[in-house]
Amino acid sequence: MGENGEETFQPYDAKVFAGPAMRRKRDVPDGLWMRCPECEVMLYRKVVTENMEVCPECGHHFRVGAGARIGQLTDPESFEELFTDILPADPLKFRWAGKSYAQRIRKEQEKTGNTEAVLTGIAYIKGRRIALGVMDGDFLMGSMGSVLGEKITLLIEKATKEKLPLVIVCMSGGARMHEGALSLMQMSKTSAALARFDEAGGLYVSVLADPTTGGTTASFAMLADVTLAEPGALIGFAGQRVIANTIKEELPEGFQRAEFLLEHGFVDRVVPRSELRSEIARLIDYLVR
Amino acid sequence: MAKTNNNGEAGFQLPFERPIVRLQRHISELESDQVEQGRDYSSEIRQLRSQYVSLLRKTYQNLTPWETVQVARHPSRPLVQDYIDRIVKNFVELHGDRCFGDDKAIIAGLGQIGTERVMIVAQQKGRDTKEKITRNFGMAHPEGYRKSLRLMKSAEKFSLPVVTLIDTAGAYPGVGSEQRGVAEAIAQSMFRMSRLRTPVLCVVIGEGGSGGAIGIGVGDRVAIMEYAYYSVISPEGCASILWRTGDNAPEAAAAMKLTARDLKSLDVVDEIVPEPLGGAHRNVTEAAGNLERYIVRALRELKRVPLDNLLEHRYARWRRMGKVAVASQDTPQPQHAEQ
Repeated sequence: MGENGEETFQPYDAKVFAGPAMRRKRDVPDGLWMRCPECEVMLYRKVVTENMEVCPECGHHFRVGAGARIGQLTDPESFEELFTDILPADPLKFRWAGKSYAQRIRKEQEKTGNTEAVLTGIAYIKGRRIALGVMDGDFLMGSMGSVLGEKITLLIEKATKEKLPLVIVCMSGGARMHEGALSLMQMSKTSAALARFDEAGGLYVSVLADPTTGGTTASFAMLADVTLAEPGALIGFAGQRVIANTIKEELPEGFQRAEFLLEHGFVDRVVPRSELRSEIARLIDYLVR
Repeated sequence: MAKTNNNGEAGFQLPFERPIVRLQRHISELESDQVEQGRDYSSEIRQLRSQYVSLLRKTYQNLTPWETVQVARHPSRPLVQDYIDRIVKNFVELHGDRCFGDDKAIIAGLGQIGTERVMIVAQQKGRDTKEKITRNFGMAHPEGYRKSLRLMKSAEKFSLPVVTLIDTAGAYPGVGSEQRGVAEAIAQSMFRMSRLRTPVLCVVIGEGGSGGAIGIGVGDRVAIMEYAYYSVISPEGCASILWRTGDNAPEAAAAMKLTARDLKSLDVVDEIVPEPLGGAHRNVTEAAGNLERYIVRALRELKRVPLDNLLEHRYARWRRMGKVAVASQDTPQPQHAEQ
């Protein structure tokens, strides 16, 4: 990767990326063909993947796992994963309905090939060195527990120390109930780390992907200098069912979608996936001294 | 002043309170019989009183987590207004977020606790139906967090410590709340509170409901009253997701370790403020006295710390939150802020 930032955009190619992202391809059902839930057109799966998991017909953004996302966003083979030694514990010995959190964690690890719901490390975007965190919506719905909070905080601290731009791709069902109040505390912990990063003059760009909800939204997702969102992404604090049950009314059209947040002033830009790389690179060029 | 029930005798009773209330009623019957009939029941009364105290003690020492949640939500439990009335002198309420409106779920203003002048931010649920509606049951909209943050910044400017009293089921889940960015308001509040250059003290006095609670809960010290609880989601919410029915709320309450004692052992809270025998609703004056003593002592300690050190300690306190496993010994431990 060049340091000059002149390099042209490279479409995501799974074969090029050989890092931890290759552990598993996700989120798009297996099989050769798939149906777009938005335009209902039958699509050749490979074409969708080559199009960064975006429907070539209507632009519907499918969800992508952390590994694939890193492949799409960063310069080939530039991601160096950090803090892999931070692993989930079961501090509450949480059990429910004959199941245990410890077991559930193991299942999620097997399913995703990742140890937790976030990958953190150093990467390059068009030759620009960044601290990167990518949440994995496949791992227990991208829920925020102690590990996620710790890894995000370590990443923020590294970015502060090394004066690196910070990029976090958010994708989360909220806080992780299985860790009780400890997961709630991750909201303040990450926010406190960001406050120091902010005071030190660091640039933080957050990318809100579908879905970004609950405690993640109410902490680091909403604390960026520049907040980007993918088209159609669900972004909010409370769940739609909870709101509908509370107000006993139907929710407005497009409620809690990226475009709704743009309209109400809570994201800076709605950016299609294919343009995220160049958008982030441009922001870094504008804002990093 | 909101009406409170000072002895927990009349009105609403929790199931596990019934034997206690029966005994209490028996005692007062004997007492009035004694007067009316001119007979001496003093030895029986003495015996029943000691039974009453030991039953109260036994019941409250063995509350299940779910029963604790019920005590925290007890309709007679003192609300922040009751504490403000008892421990804050010359309270001057301040209103509005300067953007949208005045959120009455959060009471904020200047006052004196002991000899300390402070900025108070407190969540008020409301006592009677009318007040509950006005206060939106203590569930704040974004403007509540923005009012709170605006006044905390004032406190910083005028070197006043901040005291927050937490009692909410959560931030309000509504359309307007989302439109006006409740997530952003909570995030911004925590972000700024973590760097506020003045002592910040937070006490959970009843319900510590998730993001709505921690939105005003980032301080140098976090304390909790003995029968309050603090949780990432309500036991009913957790049960309906994991057990697929709210009926399992008692199990969810136990599993989430949300009681004061559990939270202390998880280092989520620094201190437990004791409640009177049988809970704060049985003796509001005593509960308020305990709360006041804690606030006065904690503020005195925090005010001694130079501001730069205070902020370092605050960061270190929050930095420690959470429990993780570390893969092997040759990998470096997470770097924590130096004390």
